[in-house]
Amino acid sequence: MQFGFLLEQVVNGLVLGGYYLLIALGLSLIFSVGGIVNLAHGAFYALGAYISVEITKYLGFGSAVVLSPVAVALLGILFERFVLRRFYSADPILSLLVTFALAMVTEQAIRIIWGAPPISAAIPQVFRGSVFLGDFLFSRYRLLILAVVAAVLLGVWLLLHKTSFGRVVRAGIQRPDMVAALGIRLQPYMTAIVMLGVGMAALGGAFFAPITIVHPAMGAEIITVAFVVVVIGGLGSFWGVVISALLVGVVRGITIHFAPAAGEASIYVLMFLVLMVRPRGLLGERIEKFE
Amino acid sequence: MTRYSRRTLLKSGAAFAAASTLGFPSVVSAQAARIKIGHLVPLTGFLGAIGSYAQLGVKMAAEEINASGGIMGRQIDLMSEDSVNPATASTKAQRMIEQDGAALLLGEISSASSLTIMQVAERNKKVFFSTGARSDALRGKDCNRYSFHCDIPNTVMVNAVGTALLQKGLVKGKKFVTLTADYIFGHDLLKAAKAFFSANDATLIGDELIATDVTDFSPYLLKVRQAKPDVVCCNLAGNQVTNLVKQYAEFGFPYPLVGFNLNTGDAWAMGEGNLSGTWPTVWYHTLDNPASKAFVEAFSKKYGKPPENHAWIEYITLKMIAQAINETKSTESDALIGHFEKQTQFDIMKARKAYFRSWDHQLVQEAYPFTVKPKGEMKDKWDMLVLGEAVPAAGADLESIYPTKTQNPCNMKA
Repeated sequence: MQFGFLLEQVVNGLVLGGYYLLIALGLSLIFSVGGIVNLAHGAFYALGAYISVEITKYLGFGSAVVLSPVAVALLGILFERFVLRRFYSADPILSLLVTFALAMVTEQAIRIIWGAPPISAAIPQVFRGSVFLGDFLFSRYRLLILAVVAAVLLGVWLLLHKTSFGRVVRAGIQRPDMVAALGIRLQPYMTAIVMLGVGMAALGGAFFAPITIVHPAMGAEIITVAFVVVVIGGLGSFWGVVISALLVGVVRGITIHFAPAAGEASIYVLMFLVLMVRPRGLLGERIEKFE
Repeated sequence: MTRYSRRTLLKSGAAFAAASTLGFPSVVSAQAARIKIGHLVPLTGFLGAIGSYAQLGVKMAAEEINASGGIMGRQIDLMSEDSVNPATASTKAQRMIEQDGAALLLGEISSASSLTIMQVAERNKKVFFSTGARSDALRGKDCNRYSFHCDIPNTVMVNAVGTALLQKGLVKGKKFVTLTADYIFGHDLLKAAKAFFSANDATLIGDELIATDVTDFSPYLLKVRQAKPDVVCCNLAGNQVTNLVKQYAEFGFPYPLVGFNLNTGDAWAMGEGNLSGTWPTVWYHTLDNPASKAFVEAFSKKYGKPPENHAWIEYITLKMIAQAINETKSTESDALIGHFEKQTQFDIMKARKAYFRSWDHQLVQEAYPFTVKPKGEMKDKWDMLVLGEAVPAAGADLESIYPTKTQNPCNMKA
């Protein structure tokens, strides 16, 4: 019985990890290609949640989870073109400052537009309740999230590994100078990567709005965990981030099972241990421009 | 491209990420005026959502007081800031008294922050009205002469809901699992809940202490199911309550969810059809009496939404303070304490008047259990709750639901 309970926590942790992944994968891609730690990433997650709650009121949940990430991805174009692009070759502290400032501006903008109190959102009736597989319990809504994460993951993997777009991006991570020498402008690729990254964050926000509180500071809450996932996974590695996100979810679940008080601390302990053994993260590649 | 080390970048990134969880200060009003009043309330963090309502309430009271000529003919200058956390709250309270010249302080929702402000108030011999903190200990073993407590304490919330639960047969012989906020307020509430369970033949088969910044409750919910309780009881606070109720509805457990603490602001954020069960409250905007209705109308007109219970409590607190200063013709701490300790009666928009009990400075007032309104009967999205009969029942002694001297060992040094 004890084992069954533990297994339940592990599976639940994997789903939670999948959700962290939606946020962390974009953060990792933007950092790997552009060398920018996007501290405004959480702000796009919050915008995704708020916009989806608004759209749900008029067009329903189904349209909201599609349209909200698209809307945020379009904002991503402006973000890349007018903000990030100026900082690719600048001192990294500047991009940290500018994205941090943007996170604050967005949070306050949300306060002005939607008000400081949280706004209300609920799961559509069909996805309520749990599914039982024998004695094994699973939230129906989280199964939906799991399916969406798996589909997104597959899509991103195919995009990065099976298309000419992906080849340029991966080359751009390792040797931007060589890519440039071959006559390829990396800027449009960077725009696309930022759109993809913030779009995924918004997708996470849209799917989590019905089950967590939707309030202006929600972006600041998620960015820390997403950052931990990226650091544990290692830069430049698609699978590193995937494994790390799942690991973080599972470690948190198991810790809460045995020692609830240590639940939130466990992921930082995990990060500490991984960095002790592998300073570049689990599957982090040696990226020359960052050494 | 500038060459830099990845680790330096990651380290600065981590520092920024950590810094982003800190609050942003917000100064609300600071025009030159004569009576300065310091107001602290959490505007960020897990209580920030309800704190934002509190700030609207106190601002409205200050504007009304000033529009009607101020206190003793002097305008008041309300300095309102984000209290952030217990340490910052204490620093800001000290600064407001020492540098800004605040005559007195009010505010707060977090019991932990309220406790640190109480200590500052005592040290500086300035009065502090703790408006939204509910821990019994604040008016019990940690009480002091300079601090007054407006919200209902944990024991009253447990009594208000407990009576309703007993009537529904949800207590005797039942197995409970509790989920508790891991700070002074939650610990204190759990203590009151345990006393209630053991006095009424209920058994506590599991308790989970949950950190205040937790947003995902799924691992805890799995543990709840593994314990197989009859009733699940929520002793959480602020955003925690909203998140728990949303995720409880998500998992769709058969065990009824009840709770000893819920603020209407948290309920409004939960989403349609997610809340059920019986909960306590101190005030709700549908309360049927002329004073309350007039306040709700003025507030809704000004802010475009009805007042939440913290907006109400901040509003009546500043009004009580203004009335006391007008009557005593003084802003001196000793004069004010003396006035309140006479158990002066105040109209707080409820059927019965309220007063601060002289020996523990607790505002003795009615409380209400409530249940959730079926969707079809809601007039608007704010109209979520059905208030039960006020407790204690009409005719019963108002103090009968409050902790007694033995339960609340308050020993004030003169």
